[in-house]
Amino acid sequence: MESELIAVAMSGGVDSSTVAALLHGQGSRVVGLTMQLWNQRRLPEVAGDAPRGHRCCSLDDVYDARRVAEHLGFPFYVVNFERQFEDAVVRPFVADYLAGRTPIPCARCNSFVKFDDLLRMSRELGAERLATGHYARIRRHPSTGRYELLRARDPAKDQSYFLFGLTQKQLARTVFPLGEMTKNEVREAARAAELPVAEKPESQEICFVPSGNYASFIEAYLAEQGTGLPAAPGEITTADGEIVGRHQGLHRYTVGQRRGLGLAAGHPLYVLEIDPERNRLVVGENAALGCDCCEVRDVNWIAWPSLEGPVEAEVKIRHRHALARALIEPASSGGARVRFETPQRAVTPGQAAVFYQGDSVLGGGWIA
Amino acid sequence: MQRIYFDHNATTPVDREVLAAMLPWFSEKFGNASSIHSFGQEARGAIEQARGHVARLVGSRPADIVFTSGGTESDNLAILGLVRASRAERKHIITTAIEHSAVLNTFQALEASGVEVTYLPVGREGVVDPEAVRQSLRPDTLLISVMMANNELGTIQPIEEIGRIAEQADVWFHTDAVQAAGKVPIDVSALRVDLLSLSGHKIYAPKGTGALFVRSGVRIEPLVHGGHHERDRRPGTENAAGIVGLGRAAELALAKLPVEAARLAALRDRFERAVLERVPATRVNGAGAVRVANTASITFSYVEGESLEIALDLKGLACSTGAACSSGAIEPSHVLTAIGLEPAEARGSLRFSFGRANTSEEVDRALAILPGVVEHLRELSPLYKKPVAIL
Repeated sequence: MESELIAVAMSGGVDSSTVAALLHGQGSRVVGLTMQLWNQRRLPEVAGDAPRGHRCCSLDDVYDARRVAEHLGFPFYVVNFERQFEDAVVRPFVADYLAGRTPIPCARCNSFVKFDDLLRMSRELGAERLATGHYARIRRHPSTGRYELLRARDPAKDQSYFLFGLTQKQLARTVFPLGEMTKNEVREAARAAELPVAEKPESQEICFVPSGNYASFIEAYLAEQGTGLPAAPGEITTADGEIVGRHQGLHRYTVGQRRGLGLAAGHPLYVLEIDPERNRLVVGENAALGCDCCEVRDVNWIAWPSLEGPVEAEVKIRHRHALARALIEPASSGGARVRFETPQRAVTPGQAAVFYQGDSVLGGGWIA
Repeated sequence: MQRIYFDHNATTPVDREVLAAMLPWFSEKFGNASSIHSFGQEARGAIEQARGHVARLVGSRPADIVFTSGGTESDNLAILGLVRASRAERKHIITTAIEHSAVLNTFQALEASGVEVTYLPVGREGVVDPEAVRQSLRPDTLLISVMMANNELGTIQPIEEIGRIAEQADVWFHTDAVQAAGKVPIDVSALRVDLLSLSGHKIYAPKGTGALFVRSGVRIEPLVHGGHHERDRRPGTENAAGIVGLGRAAELALAKLPVEAARLAALRDRFERAVLERVPATRVNGAGAVRVANTASITFSYVEGESLEIALDLKGLACSTGAACSSGAIEPSHVLTAIGLEPAEARGSLRFSFGRANTSEEVDRALAILPGVVEHLRELSPLYKKPVAIL
């Protein structure tokens, strides 16, 4: 009998290339798929900011993925998901910033593009499972039969924070071959397979905003859509309503930000709140950034079907954030309320709150 | 896995006879056709002989054939060359919405530089109305460019009628005949075209070869500057081996045309009928129009053509969806949207284009693969409801 066909989502980087090499080396039949997500000919003024070779869906990355497939000898295709990516990721990204939130497009891309459209396409091609280069682990609970999401063995590389939205159906068809490996072991495996990308550096930025300049991306996108910026410059005030300066458009700021406010106070001031209704930026002392509680909406539970009562957990409120002990309670409308043991600095609307117990991801949702 | 190639509108293999004709012109007979000596003279002789074969394929004088690097260059040389050679102050040019990107993007580049452009729509069957061409004419119209056969649908455009309209209006007329050459008889005099583009690799000659027919008296500006080759229309040392290959391919295409067109039409028609019979919710695009014999454009409702194309390729059947972009990903077809297909239908369409080496047995094997793959994709589609027999 022919071995199972497995699809590998290939970005052209070392991680997903190594996934392909490992599966291919184990004798699986592999088909490599690279998603074309964003057309860099759009918004050329933004693409121009990016350092060469660090562009989303850059031809260099597609070329690298194709070279890996040729080197290992399995079929490879570039597939166009520009339409789905714009609807599910780019437009909500822009809308979030305009609404005073600071979004995480990677998490949305995982839930609504990679483990949805790409997974469906994999099945259409006859591959029942999709493997990616994410650092995380999936395990089936021996008694409940539920699929559990666990942190990666390598804590420095763990990407479980971005995967909290995966449903049971998605987890059942997903493979993370790098979950038990450290980055060094992955590099070693890439070298052992003589992959042409074995020494390729990491990319960190959000893929469709390679320059990291979100504000200019949002402005260029809105100009292209012919809508223009709804939020013009406005007032910067203290929590008491005292006007202390002017902001350059709310989409340029994030909660907790200190630099770039253009304020001449005698002491450092931080963004406490972004208020799109009054087009105001509220600033204050660092101490005022602390929050002992937050609401989380659209929660996806992984460890159990739903939250029945309060549980103790550790919570991550952004990717690079130490876990904070908290009590999670069910809230109305399917959300959750998080009560931190100690106040957390800059709890930012639009970011994800992901709940852990040990290595296990209980679930997560969006900070309201 | 014995693979099947049904994508001859993308490219064709070099015919063995063509390759054999070319081989001496690399190392053995390597002269520069512009040289005075005997080495040069033998290359010149071979090139002029090839020019005669290409001229016969389109019914022109040999002197009116300019060798180029392919269809894209021929289209650019015709359109840019003609517009740049014109001293008129205001320039208006006309084309259709279903042209190949080599024509469409050239028109768009001219539009960006101030030339006025009319893009004519086509009907549901993928054919432009000659009357629409006539009505779009203006006193400052310089050029009409309409393809002879569409690359995605195979639909043949009313070139003779448009040629007559252009002649009456004293407007230059270019046709991109890349997908028509070798598939239908071409006579530039009867069609009254002034410029006609050909590509080598669509007629079993190598990639990187092509030709432009330029009626004597039509002034075109060369695209690049250099020596006096090709009567000052296309500088650069002639690609003797490629030109010899193109000449032999043109000769073979002309000789094989009547028999081959009938054979391919039979293959294609049988394939289309069987697909319509065995796969529900399908339609053939452009079926109501006169088409070249080898092309079938089929819409599979409730299916992503991109997935279907890849799934078929994994089973060894090569066909195509829309044009591929630089990364290799597929972009929605402007041709299928121009004939009124909804975006989802356009994305669910595949082109099968048959060629010289295809056999009836391959059609049978393709028909054994296709319905099951479509059915599998539809089972995964959230939109598809399996048809229920009505009792």
